[in-house]
Amino acid sequence: MAEILSQTQTASGAPGDTLKTIRSGLTRRHARERRFRAYGIAAICAALGAVLILFSMILAKGIPAFTQASLTLNVFFDPAVIEVDPRPEPQPGQSPADYQKARLDWERQVTLVNWNRILEAAIRQAAPDMEVDTRQALSIVETSERFVLRDRFVENPALLGQTVKVDLLASANVDNWLKGNIDRSLPDSQQQLSAPARALADRLLENGTIRFAFATQIFTNVDSRSAPASAGLAGAFMGSLYMMLVVIVLAVPLGVGSAVYLEEFAPKNRFTDLIEVNINNLAAVPSIVFGLLGAAVFINYFRLPLSAPLVGGLVLTLMTLPTIIIATRSALRAVPPSLRQAALGLGASRMQTVFHHVLPVTYPGILTATIIGVAQALGETAPLLLIGMNAFVAAVPATPLDQSTALPVQIYLWQGNENRNFFEARTSAAIIVLLGLMITLNALAIYLRTRLERRT
Amino acid sequence: MNSLIVATLLLILIGFAYQVGWSRSRQVAPAGGRLHSRPNYHGARVAIWALVPALLILGLWAFFSDAASRAFVMAQLPSDVRAMGGSELAQALSRIEQIATGFGVVGEPAAYESAAGQALREFRNLAFALVVAAAAGTGALGLYLARRRIAPRLRARDEVERVVRYLLIACSVVAILTTIGIVASLLTEALRFFTFVSPIDFFFGTVWNPRFSTVGAGTGEYGLLPLLWGTVMIASIAMLVSLPIGLMTAVYLTQYARPNIRNAVKPVVEVLAGIPTIVYGFFALVTVGPFLAGIGDLVGLDIRATSALTAGIVMGIMIIPFISSLSDDIIRQVPRAMRDGSLGLGATQSETIRRVILPAALPGIVGAFLLAVSRAIGETMIVVLAAGNSPYLRLNPGEPVSTVTVTIVNQLTGDTDFASPQSLVAFALGLTLFLMTLILNVVALFIVRRYREQYE
Repeated sequence: MAEILSQTQTASGAPGDTLKTIRSGLTRRHARERRFRAYGIAAICAALGAVLILFSMILAKGIPAFTQASLTLNVFFDPAVIEVDPRPEPQPGQSPADYQKARLDWERQVTLVNWNRILEAAIRQAAPDMEVDTRQALSIVETSERFVLRDRFVENPALLGQTVKVDLLASANVDNWLKGNIDRSLPDSQQQLSAPARALADRLLENGTIRFAFATQIFTNVDSRSAPASAGLAGAFMGSLYMMLVVIVLAVPLGVGSAVYLEEFAPKNRFTDLIEVNINNLAAVPSIVFGLLGAAVFINYFRLPLSAPLVGGLVLTLMTLPTIIIATRSALRAVPPSLRQAALGLGASRMQTVFHHVLPVTYPGILTATIIGVAQALGETAPLLLIGMNAFVAAVPATPLDQSTALPVQIYLWQGNENRNFFEARTSAAIIVLLGLMITLNALAIYLRTRLERRT
Repeated sequence: MNSLIVATLLLILIGFAYQVGWSRSRQVAPAGGRLHSRPNYHGARVAIWALVPALLILGLWAFFSDAASRAFVMAQLPSDVRAMGGSELAQALSRIEQIATGFGVVGEPAAYESAAGQALREFRNLAFALVVAAAAGTGALGLYLARRRIAPRLRARDEVERVVRYLLIACSVVAILTTIGIVASLLTEALRFFTFVSPIDFFFGTVWNPRFSTVGAGTGEYGLLPLLWGTVMIASIAMLVSLPIGLMTAVYLTQYARPNIRNAVKPVVEVLAGIPTIVYGFFALVTVGPFLAGIGDLVGLDIRATSALTAGIVMGIMIIPFISSLSDDIIRQVPRAMRDGSLGLGATQSETIRRVILPAALPGIVGAFLLAVSRAIGETMIVVLAAGNSPYLRLNPGEPVSTVTVTIVNQLTGDTDFASPQSLVAFALGLTLFLMTLILNVVALFIVRRYREQYE
């Protein structure tokens, strides 16, 4: 550029001043160019930085939650404490209702046994030289764990009088203390564990009674209110799984069917225009409005059960439908018209052309759209809150009509738990599980697309 | 169990009907001549004729069976039991139900109970057998009638294709039904709300204070403006964050970046779009909020951890990929000749972008901007977690606010009884939200489409 400029300069014989102004203007313009580029790079860095900070924060907070303090205790099933009748067995001629009642009565009796005394004895035995009172000793172990002992006994009453090695969860406070999530220098009044209990926890860690084990209960247990350390995702996971099944079973045929109709068969008239505008708008309706629809129509009008994955799945289906329709339509539009013309020319009907020749070519596109739509539905929270899926449910749903939560709703519930120290990590762990699922789904979509596209 | 039997029978019916149609069409095929439709269409046609009446009968029974068996049991009960009201009657009915299923009840059942249970069981078995027989009978009748019409010239394919076509139309009507459902449910419930509170008080009220319905006659005050203000403030902050970053990212990636950098950066930025909003909410609550509060302390400003600023910034991060990928598409649609012309005249790249490309792409970018605003307005979970839920008219973005979406969640969560204005207001808010996003979407789609036509 400068060369050309100087050439014109010499040719026209203009005074050197002009050259100077242009030169200085050029420096200014180039500086502006560099600044503009720097803005662009800064914007990209900001976006990438946001991704980086988000993921590193979730990982840093969540990964420690996958290991958890647990105790291995030698538990003596003391006959002096466990004084119960032998377990009733079904008698011939007894109605199932009567047997169930006898069995429940017996189990109630077992529940009323003072399991805490057995637990306390086991803890004291693990660290005999520590001076702690009953409450302090028991605060080491999560409150739900005496029921583990009970369930062991209910399963096998022959344990009476025996000493068995049992793995039990340490309480959430012990886990916090040993992981260093709590400032150790805080005064007693601000600690959740009493001083002797803290000393006991440290001692148990030293002598190997407490270990940090992989927290399988995150995956196998259901949510728990009274025993935070044993709270898990199993119920929410099943709830989400049922919803995804409902979404796949309903949204894919409906979405593909309506895309095929609109793209291949629909005449161009007012009605199909209306459907078209409609679908574009539905795709941009806020998800919470779908929740209102679910609450008013499915719950209030059709009287479907509250908190059921079936209803959640229906709401998410309606939400995912536009995504699948729009993606399928663009996949259909990308099929070269020569394919249709060839099939029609050979005498195929329009239906045969579409279903035998056009649609198979779009399978990769439809599959990708489905997986992306399902992944989106998997992470959706707001509409589920409105149809009652934020209820506390302490059971794995057996059918899509049972009460349940979903993974993102569980995250919402856990982040609001009062035991902040413990549940911040637990929530991050749940987020890691959710993001892991979504990344797997998306990776699957990419893999399948490249694989299928190569074949066709 | 019963549904399994029915499903098996239906499958057998379909398979049998298909086989009958298929082989019959082969039989009637004239030697050397041709059938109009291939045998598999004849098979499918007969299967449809057999299936539809059977399904109709089963559907009717599924709809009426509960009412029928309840009426039957009521007729069996002695009059004094029937006269009992409410829960006692319900208890008696459930005991009879248990006897009928063979589970039995605890203790000795009353004479009338076992009689009614026995009768109910017989009634059920009989009704089930009758319904299955009727379904099979009509199915067989349909099969017979369809088979009789099979002839070489029968247009079986046309009939089957017509049915498929109706199914496809039914699929695309679902999208319309969804919109109708949304509008109808929002409107009816909102109108019910307006019988409690006048629309003027709602739309122009400046105080939001819906008291609990248990407090008594006081219905509280439902002024929309504080919520709308919070929504607008958070959306503006989000756009202030996302527009420059998103737009500059798109500009840099389309105009400057080498292809390999572009291919690496673009997917990473788009990861932000796939992250569930609840994760952003948690991120805002745990990381961004305290960070902003810390900065506020440093410079002497009072910024709360949960505030409009926190929610707005995180929402802005969420919207970056939305803006960047939409603008990316739009910038790439600007004809190359315009760019080359500008560069050829000696403009620097940044001058070309600012003076030529961006003005040419402006309508499209405005459309993308409006779509992003509508998404920001409808976003729920980030605001639920990070905006602080405090519905007052405040100018300071460092203070907590509340939004329309948050209030919908707060007013409706877990509520099924839509009788009080406290829960009905959610629908009035939903209607407001729906209309706002609808207008934004329609305008945005219109602009984007006009823009696309301009350069095609």
